[in-house]
Amino acid sequence: MRIHDKFSELDEKDEKALIAYVCAGDPSFEETKEIVKSLINAGADIIELGLPFSDPVADGPTIEAAAQRALEAGMNPDRYFELAADIDTDIPLVCMTYYNLIYQRGLEKFAEDCVNVGIRGIIVPDLPAEEADDLHNACKENGIDLIFLVTPVTDNRRMETILNKTSGFVYVVSRLGVTGTRSDVARSTKDILDRIDTDVPKAVGFGISDKEQAAEVISEGADAVIVGSAFIKIIASGENVNERVETLARELKEACRTEN
Amino acid sequence: MKKSMYGKYGGQFVPEVLMPALTELEEAYDKYKDDKDFLEELDYYMKEFAGRETPLYFAKNLSKKYGIKIYLKREDLVHGGAHKLNNTIGQGLLAKYMRKKRIIAETGAGQHGTATAMIGANLGFETEVYMGAKDVERQHMNVYRMELMGSKVNSVESGSRTLKDAINEALRDWVTNVENTHYLIGSVVGPHPYPMIVRDFQSVIGNEVKKQIMEKEGRLPDSIVACAGGGSNAMGIFHPFIDDKDVRLFPVEAGGCGLKNTNKEALHSASLSVGEEGILQGAYTKILQDEYGQILESSSVSAGLDYSGVGPELAHLADIGRIEPRYVTDDEALEAFYELSRNEGIIPALESSHAIANVMKMADDGELGELVVISLSGRGDKDLETVFKLKEMEA
Repeated sequence: MRIHDKFSELDEKDEKALIAYVCAGDPSFEETKEIVKSLINAGADIIELGLPFSDPVADGPTIEAAAQRALEAGMNPDRYFELAADIDTDIPLVCMTYYNLIYQRGLEKFAEDCVNVGIRGIIVPDLPAEEADDLHNACKENGIDLIFLVTPVTDNRRMETILNKTSGFVYVVSRLGVTGTRSDVARSTKDILDRIDTDVPKAVGFGISDKEQAAEVISEGADAVIVGSAFIKIIASGENVNERVETLARELKEACRTEN
Repeated sequence: MKKSMYGKYGGQFVPEVLMPALTELEEAYDKYKDDKDFLEELDYYMKEFAGRETPLYFAKNLSKKYGIKIYLKREDLVHGGAHKLNNTIGQGLLAKYMRKKRIIAETGAGQHGTATAMIGANLGFETEVYMGAKDVERQHMNVYRMELMGSKVNSVESGSRTLKDAINEALRDWVTNVENTHYLIGSVVGPHPYPMIVRDFQSVIGNEVKKQIMEKEGRLPDSIVACAGGGSNAMGIFHPFIDDKDVRLFPVEAGGCGLKNTNKEALHSASLSVGEEGILQGAYTKILQDEYGQILESSSVSAGLDYSGVGPELAHLADIGRIEPRYVTDDEALEAFYELSRNEGIIPALESSHAIANVMKMADDGELGELVVISLSGRGDKDLETVFKLKEMEA
């Protein structure tokens, strides 16, 4: 299922989307599969599957540590696509990774490999619109969405350029900083959501970790919430991981159903 | 070609949140680099604070021993003990003109961190420096120096705990505090416009050499030799000579324990010599990486050269043959450290020792010609502990 179709389906049900991030291979190949299964059971609409990179500059300590655990457990791009292929679902998978891993595999090949395993979108946090033409073309040819980020400091001129390029959804970074859980919703969230004039769904990420924050972000106009570090923290604890991941995802999804 | 590129190298591979800051920096630099007030202030600080110009010293004993004329560009005499202050003065003033309140920096050997702390204290910035935990251990005198001048030093525990990881952490700080903070990058690396700005501020080295060698010898040198990690002293001394085709330019990289890799680690830092094209920390350049594009940890006895990438302009100049990369091993660099100390009474930084070692190695084969200038980028006081530890291990 393409990302666009997923959002259309949710629209009909008057629901917002829960996008759940986990890092592939953290803590192991097999456990990631189980964790993703729990997320899907709980009603996650899109799975953002991180392909770990050695130097993740846009990530905070929680996701950086997850990437290191995954790399130490043997995760690499070949294994990553095997893992994605093993995930039995028709909801869209999205790959989040850094540009050097895509570049070294070859842009065309990376996009083809994505299509073959059910990955419908790619997010590259160190690839701004200015540098993205080649990957954009490779994605287009393969029917994959290249998802761009906007931030509170993105001015209106840049915003327009980015909104013209992004497809699937636009990733709204609600605050300055790296990924990670926060205790509050950034005040800048509403400002930036109000500034985004587009038909593409707006997915808010960076700092959302519980149902209250999810509900708040949705009430401010988000079409989707992206939650990562909160799941990673449960995974890192090693205690009742699948059960707790499923419970949290259920709560978050509940917030996506009722707070319109 | 985009103006952010050197041939196919360079670019701006950074999170979206930093793009406005890079544009702001580029616009400010364009505006002030020819501004009379800015240039007067820059000139004042270079003279009165940094102690420029630095001598071009004729190393008569080394020259005699190796049978060619060897000059040392004495950047070790710049305030703080290394060329790094040239750039921190420039960027510090730029940050002041941009009305930033806070500056942050990464540091390897601690020289750039120290130079940032100096200008930070002098111009009244809140200053924070990121330094790999491994470098904090091997260069702790520099940590004391930075703290003494009021900077906060953050020890970085992630990854290889060296320069690369310090840059990652500084970038994370910057994406969080971009509105009031200037990231004062210390080398010709990172996203455009940094490689250009750092090169320009460091070009004072090469410009002085050009004038001084004409005064002393009445001609340009046959070759210039400089160590290269990220490459700031190399670009600084090479840049004014790029169009002087008869002057051969040799960047010398850290060969560490030899040009081999293990699974996760390179035993060297020779990204120009044996690295492959890829994207690291904002730029498309030559980097040390595995088959998938994961960055390999680098290795060198000298903290300041211990980096998995290299400035994009150096990668371009190497591709077109204008510069000729060489490397020397840890052992060869140590030998040069002793050689200069004993023969000239000048203790070089381990980084600069790589350049000296390469001249010792190549003096016989004619490649360098008859008249060579070595960039003595820093003094060796900071390395005494490292060298004594190695000596004890040998004994």
